[in-house]
Amino acid sequence: MAEHDHDHDHDHGSELSEMQLRVRALETILTEKGYVDPAALDAIVETYETKIGPRNGARIVAKAWTDPAFKQALLADASKAIGTLGRVGDHLIAVENTPQRHNIVVCTLCSCYPWEMLGLPPVWYKAAPYRSRTVKDPRGVLADFGVSLPKETEIRVWDSTAETRFLVLPMRPPGTEGWSEEQLAAIVTRDSMIGTGLPQARP
Amino acid sequence: MNGVHDMGGMDGFGKVEVEANEPTFHHTWEGRVMAMVRAMGANASLNIDMQRFSRESIPPAVYLAASYYKKWFLGLKSTLIDRNLVGADEFAAGRSLRQSAPLPRGTFEMKDVVRVSTRGSFQRDVATPPAFKPGDRVRTRNINPPTHTRLPRYVRGHAGTIERINGSHVFPDSAAHGHGENPQWLYTVVFSAAELWGAGADPTVKVSVDAFEPYLEPA
Repeated sequence: MAEHDHDHDHDHGSELSEMQLRVRALETILTEKGYVDPAALDAIVETYETKIGPRNGARIVAKAWTDPAFKQALLADASKAIGTLGRVGDHLIAVENTPQRHNIVVCTLCSCYPWEMLGLPPVWYKAAPYRSRTVKDPRGVLADFGVSLPKETEIRVWDSTAETRFLVLPMRPPGTEGWSEEQLAAIVTRDSMIGTGLPQARP
Repeated sequence: MNGVHDMGGMDGFGKVEVEANEPTFHHTWEGRVMAMVRAMGANASLNIDMQRFSRESIPPAVYLAASYYKKWFLGLKSTLIDRNLVGADEFAAGRSLRQSAPLPRGTFEMKDVVRVSTRGSFQRDVATPPAFKPGDRVRTRNINPPTHTRLPRYVRGHAGTIERINGSHVFPDSAAHGHGENPQWLYTVVFSAAELWGAGADPTVKVSVDAFEPYLEPA
């Protein structure tokens, strides 16, 4: 983690940032009050830094590309289908991209995101440009990601306003015939499972 | 509440800026804030909508200028003060100044970590059948509560179609304010872009929200 800590507001060396000091003080208070064990906080941080990330979702997408029965189960009830493979939260909905329809997921009100499938959301997903524009100008947002779709393709925007969570099942790209699940999982990007990217046979 | 957090359809924020190889956290303190929010949420019974409302209530100018985890910190701080879990004087002092009652679920410890790493279920049974079925035309109500709601402004008063029933879930508008779970039927409602943004909108675009039954009336 330390290598990510050299920021632009004096977070390094002996000069501690205001936020670093405020957060450290709060952790001291919560610990002194017996509310939290700092080691358990370490474990939460470590979980999201090392165990939960987009590869969880990529594994599911790759399996859906190679196992038609699993794909059918995934689209019918994603939490149930994935629950047979490991832990997943409730209310997960997988939405399938097709030649006719492209799906893109946003949370206009906050930052709802399928954490267990994709890890913590990137900054852009939580920031005003994406949250404001995606529901009004999804093609413009896709252009910011370098994605251009045929003008007749239906675009479906899913605004995550409740505790349902959405995972986009992207289309398997051409040129991947005969690939193993593992090879396929390696080209399933985070953005392709949000709907702001498309998997490429050569990543 | 009609806060600045309700951003759908606003203009002027510019392009989406993507950071290549973005780290999970940009500063060590961000991870600590995330972990404290999860831990206190779990063991102090601060439900997710209470936490959302605390962030929505950050003054708009501060909200827009603050980084994501700074908003989480500010929301957690106000929640802890409001619930007498930490005193404002203790925040100022940077240490605990008095003994506090144990949290409802006790100290957040290692054994609790797995529990907060998987989302719980928000499904709750209700006695009444759903008022709408897939294919029904509905209109979102023109509600403007100063309290927490999950019906974004950009869909209020608009006609859409029920696409699916997502079960009956904890109602955020009640749970955020400690008024109980008050479960309600939850629907995916789809709108055409023209319905939301007017004539000239991209005819290929459809937008859905997940809306609770009290947000809807027959169209």
